[in-house]
Amino acid sequence: MERLLSYVDAIREATDQEMERDPSVVVFGLDVDDPKAIQGTTRGLVEKYGPERVFGTPLSEDGMTGVAIGMAFAGLRPIHIHIRMDFLMLAMNQLINVAAKSRYMYGGQLQVPIVVRSMIGKSWGQGAQHSQGLYSFFMHVPGLKVVAPTTPYDAKGCLIQAIRDNDPVMYVEHRILHFQKGPVPEASYVVTPGRGRITAEGSDVTLVGISHMQIECLRARRYLESVGIDAEVIDPVWLSPLDIDTIAASARKTGRLCVVDNGWTTCGAGAEIITQVTEALQGITGLRVRRLGFALTTCPPTPPLEDLYYPNGRAIASAVYDLVKENEDRWLPDERTDLQEIEFKGPF
Amino acid sequence: MSNVSLNERLYRSLYRIRRVEETIAAIYSTDKIKSPVHLSIGQEAVAVGVCEALKPNDVVFGTYRSHAAYLAKGGDLKRMIAELYGKVTGCAKGKGGSMHLVDVAHGVMGASAVVGTTIANAVGYAYALKLRRKDSVVVSFFGDGGTDEGVFHESMNFAALKNLPIVFICENNYYAIHTHLLKRHKDANLCERARSYGMAAEQLRNNDVFQIYERVRAALDDIRLRHGGPFFFECPTYRLKEHVGPGDDFHLGYRTALEADPWIKNDPVKRLAEMIEHPRRRQIEEETEAEIRAAFAFAEESPFPEAEELFTDI
Repeated sequence: MERLLSYVDAIREATDQEMERDPSVVVFGLDVDDPKAIQGTTRGLVEKYGPERVFGTPLSEDGMTGVAIGMAFAGLRPIHIHIRMDFLMLAMNQLINVAAKSRYMYGGQLQVPIVVRSMIGKSWGQGAQHSQGLYSFFMHVPGLKVVAPTTPYDAKGCLIQAIRDNDPVMYVEHRILHFQKGPVPEASYVVTPGRGRITAEGSDVTLVGISHMQIECLRARRYLESVGIDAEVIDPVWLSPLDIDTIAASARKTGRLCVVDNGWTTCGAGAEIITQVTEALQGITGLRVRRLGFALTTCPPTPPLEDLYYPNGRAIASAVYDLVKENEDRWLPDERTDLQEIEFKGPF
Repeated sequence: MSNVSLNERLYRSLYRIRRVEETIAAIYSTDKIKSPVHLSIGQEAVAVGVCEALKPNDVVFGTYRSHAAYLAKGGDLKRMIAELYGKVTGCAKGKGGSMHLVDVAHGVMGASAVVGTTIANAVGYAYALKLRRKDSVVVSFFGDGGTDEGVFHESMNFAALKNLPIVFICENNYYAIHTHLLKRHKDANLCERARSYGMAAEQLRNNDVFQIYERVRAALDDIRLRHGGPFFFECPTYRLKEHVGPGDDFHLGYRTALEADPWIKNDPVKRLAEMIEHPRRRQIEEETEAEIRAAFAFAEESPFPEAEELFTDI
């Protein structure tokens, strides 16, 4: 029988297995050794590996990111954890100017095998500074890998890959995805960079859902079934390097491409994916495209506005319906209780 | 080791760095070096005194003004000059330039153009050494400008918290580009600031290469033998050239030639030269000049990188 694990436990297991296999792996960040153990993802690690390899840090995102890089220069493989992605804005100098560039600007003499785990928050009033999906900032920069696993299977395999990878890897989690459960092999395995997955096959339209929006795309697919539209859904998993071949092949087949981003559309991952697919297919198909993402405003905490801010399965289905029908009917499916988001109770 | 050999080693290193940089300045107008150079001329005694106290396995992290630290620590001279020329034989294959000198085999762990940035990297390296029970020590070089940055304070706090094997060397030349320390800080007592984080701190005045060497050596002994550390040393010194480039800049008016006078009179290169017997001194100088000529010839003769190097080591 397949073993089911939560996304949280998949991360914890991946970390534990790699720390046991490789004594150069260390884990740190604000609160990694506290009783809540980063939603449980670091539970038990300090007891097993000791406070030198697992430790909470001062509130110094900039400095501690630089520390992680220095550790990596010395041969360690640090995992630096941030409970919200928004805090990475304090670490941009080290990530962009040092981590991404060291191997190149030092002519291959140094490398930076670090993993930066960060979580995107959503709902229960996360608001302006606990909700941002800023991975496109990192996709912009050569020298960084970016991954945003959706399933517990990918959460484990991508984290093991990220730890073993000799590049800095931005490992992007989503707070709501932490509650996902799914099959996860107990033995160690890696999920290869630059390979996406077709998570549901279809023929009428290609839906690419990033991070938590993958879940909403699969819901949209169910809504679209009710009106006879057969959507193919793709999870890119790795945002850099990006598996553009899989997405382009699907878009060529369906002739329609909608990318649903877990961030703003402007200069976002969706913009990049659609541009690359358009470049790859120009002159071959009359491809129709659509980007969806966060409303182009700051995330409001109040529930009625927050509901409008995020795309969901119904809103995605509505937009895709118009893309496929080539009109602006603004059809909106009735809400189905089996396709509702879990209710996140908070506080964090 | 006799004092004669110490004096000679210090003089050779000081003279070598000074003459390398004077040669860079002399040829800069030919545009053979298309790299912004931040010369250490006037400040060499700090890097030389510190690195004389280090062992080969110790490592240093530098700044964009790190020609002196690179050379004093044993970084390869030929590969440094080739790097400035943008040649594939450079220490970073022509992809780093003057501001990112590196020589891992000799413990030069890189340098950053963004002020203060490597302080945290040095602290992380020291954490790894401690975790692995290594005997080596890290030196973090930075200027007074680096102490303005948030990363300096975050790094000092963490290094002290974890008792890391690191020596912080603040090369205080008083100017961040053209702005004096006292225009940037209400209280410029840098040692007091370091002590407040929980580490020993000392000011080493007068560009005195002997004092710098002796005090840093004592700190290193304390780290190696008693797991003391970190240590902070403020080394007041003086940049004789402009912030970036080969020229003088007293005409700009942000500082005066009068201010530079005592530093020029007390120039450590001159002071050490006077302490070496003449024939021996001439021998050191001639050997060094030959080494420098060979390094520039090596850079001149080396090829530029091929096109595929653009996408290598991303």
